[in-house]
Amino acid sequence: MAGSFTRMIAGRNGAVLLASLGAGTMATGFLMSDNPLAAEVRTKLYPPSSDFPDLRKHNNCMAKALTPAIYGRLRDKITPNNWTLDQCIQTGVDNPGHPFIKTVGCVAGDEESYEVFSELFDPIIKDRHNGYDPTTMTHPTDLDASKITNGVFDDKYVLSSRVRTGRSIRGLSLPPACSRAERREVERVVVMALAGLQGDLAGRYYGLQDLTDKEQQQLIDDHFLFDKPVSPLLTCAFMARDWPDGRGIWHNNEKTFLIWVNEEDHTRVISMEKGGNMKRVFERFCRGLKQVEQLIQERGWEFMWNERLGYILTCPSNLGTGLRAGVHVRLPNLSKDTRFSKILDNLRLQKRGTGGVDTAATGDTFDISNNDRLGKSEVELVQMLVDGVNYLIECEKKMEKGQDIKVPSPVTQFRK
Amino acid sequence: MKRCLLLTRRFIDKALERLGEIPENKYGGARIATMAKNCHNDYKMKFSGDEEFPDLSLHNNHMAKVLTKEIYAKLRGKSTPSGFTVDDVIQTGVDNPGHPFIMTVGCVAGDEESYEAFKELLDPIISDRHGGYKPTDKHATDLNFENLKGGDDLDPNYVLSSRVRTGRSIKGFTLPPHNSRGERRGIEKLSIEALASLDGEFKGKYYPLSGMTDAEQDLLINDHFLFDKPVSPLLTCAGMARDWPDGRGIWHNNNKTFLVWVNEEDHLRVISMQQGGNMKEVFRRFCVGLQNIEGIFKKHNHGFMWNEHLGYILTCPSNLGTGLRGGVHVKLPKLSTHAKFEEILTRLRLQKRGTGGVDTASVGGVFDISNADRLGSSEVAQVQMVVDGVKLMVEMEKKLEKGEAIDGMIPAQK
Repeated sequence: MAGSFTRMIAGRNGAVLLASLGAGTMATGFLMSDNPLAAEVRTKLYPPSSDFPDLRKHNNCMAKALTPAIYGRLRDKITPNNWTLDQCIQTGVDNPGHPFIKTVGCVAGDEESYEVFSELFDPIIKDRHNGYDPTTMTHPTDLDASKITNGVFDDKYVLSSRVRTGRSIRGLSLPPACSRAERREVERVVVMALAGLQGDLAGRYYGLQDLTDKEQQQLIDDHFLFDKPVSPLLTCAFMARDWPDGRGIWHNNEKTFLIWVNEEDHTRVISMEKGGNMKRVFERFCRGLKQVEQLIQERGWEFMWNERLGYILTCPSNLGTGLRAGVHVRLPNLSKDTRFSKILDNLRLQKRGTGGVDTAATGDTFDISNNDRLGKSEVELVQMLVDGVNYLIECEKKMEKGQDIKVPSPVTQFRK
Repeated sequence: MKRCLLLTRRFIDKALERLGEIPENKYGGARIATMAKNCHNDYKMKFSGDEEFPDLSLHNNHMAKVLTKEIYAKLRGKSTPSGFTVDDVIQTGVDNPGHPFIMTVGCVAGDEESYEAFKELLDPIISDRHGGYKPTDKHATDLNFENLKGGDDLDPNYVLSSRVRTGRSIKGFTLPPHNSRGERRGIEKLSIEALASLDGEFKGKYYPLSGMTDAEQDLLINDHFLFDKPVSPLLTCAGMARDWPDGRGIWHNNNKTFLVWVNEEDHLRVISMQQGGNMKEVFRRFCVGLQNIEGIFKKHNHGFMWNEHLGYILTCPSNLGTGLRGGVHVKLPKLSTHAKFEEILTRLRLQKRGTGGVDTASVGGVFDISNADRLGSSEVAQVQMVVDGVKLMVEMEKKLEKGEAIDGMIPAQK
């Protein structure tokens, strides 16, 4: 009965009601104990099989991993923030996917989603991150930029360099699930911390709701402003609710360090500059991240992180480092070679158009970045990008001189 | 003894629900979800009402006009038995500030009980939207088509087509913003059974959106029957497009004059239509068909949601009452450019739309003219206003064609 009593005392209205009814303590204890009736009624009316989504036309990681058995075991569970499996998978149900692009098809509503629904998330993570097994492996974190070698590219080819990641504030729900108050709290915590940055990192915050027309135009011209999400991948995951409440952009005065607040993650941190000095970009990235972390820790907050999954972000595809390091690089000769894709594959790099994901390349300039996120540290991934881009530039130079190029052997996977 | 205690337990659960709190359910040690789908209200209650209150400073919809911090504070702790909360009700209105010229409602119901649990918010909105309708008013339902006078003589040279639509919600299920896949499929299954038993002029066939062949799809598009996945953010932000196209479909009779949409914006949308101006026939078929369908649902112990204050319960408060939009496509090239056109419409209690439906422009002087009212007057009364009003406007058009003035014909406010 002790358990029931604790619960009774915890439930305010219940206790008041029962007390006012004059119910005896034993009766009260019994009444507040596990009541199978409510659960049974619901499970009988709508067993998990009646709710199982129709995924026959679907092609995303969630649809591949979700079985009726898994759904049956997880449907009625909730995280401590009352987030459910149905809410995690809604975006994957609503967006069957594309025959060529494999989307993830589910999101986390909070840090605990990855634990409570691990039976679904673990296979998805393994699928998406090239066999990384969260049940047996650990993820290394390394933000020591001094380890990077050969990190300055030839400016003739590399037009700009950029590193981005995301960070979530522990204790607050993620964008799919957060209430307005939580989102505003994220904004408050982050903005307060960023106000403490100094030197080349000193800057200011622009809340999306309060932008003047002039500020808005400046941010658009700088290519900093992010829009209300229109992609159904995001809107079906409830990430555009209450827009633009609690959203904003912070950047330093030099316009080389930028933070998005409450877009697809609590924060997206971006370090960038024109030209090919990736080492400096990464150095500023690491320094800025560490300072922001220190500033929030001073106030009793911390980032979501664990050994199994690294930094916790909304989309499982961004777990681990959440890091995408990339360059805009001109490769007029190499890009026309039929071996271009294979070379990128072996270097574990991906190409995108200069407008970002899912855009086409304009002319000969490509956005080249790392494929991987989880299972390798930040330093390892940036070094891989550096080595890869250097190789691509070598190929381009050779082809300019009429020499032939070689397809490199594949880079090794992460340590087991 | 145990049974007595279990009964008391159920009584207490009911009482707690009335207080607006869902009893915490545990079974086998693990916390289990209730019917709640989109809410995690208990967790949100950690924050204060002020911290959660939405920023409505740029908003222009009925919800934003009515919602105050006091009302929000009072309602945020409540939940309907199926788990719908005030944040769920208003989400679409928060996400869609509205348009300076069009006044949207900005909220939806998740189930029948929403209109009761959140009456402090919904009653003023209903009053605002439905011409001052009071919480104590009663709504009259009249689906006796014989009470309609005339309507069979609208000039087909002007009136190209006639149509009457309404919506119906099925008791025992939650509404499209909130229902689960299991419920939606249950609604579909029940609807298919009910419609399959229709006979005579109503004999027809069901086309589920999920399994449609290309040939079927093309035909339905050509007949102007097929409805698309909602793209309007007014609907998507309210959660109505979830799991598309699971559980959605179209039924129509073989004559293609009676059509039912299943699980679009409401459980059922019922449409009667035909070319030409015989609104009387369209309305007859509408009433007879509806009553046949209602009878079958009642036999399955799932009648339509209805009460004597709000009439037929539908997802959007703007469709309460009759949920009826009766209208015609009518050629009014001269009258529509007359200075008094808008005023005439207002006085006749009619509204105009383009021939593509709500928010489209008119093409070639052809307008969609329909009743503006939904709540506070009966089906017969609303269709009568369309019939009488359109007849008058066609006569005005004819006068203008002859170069005569129409000032003497302008009606008084109905």
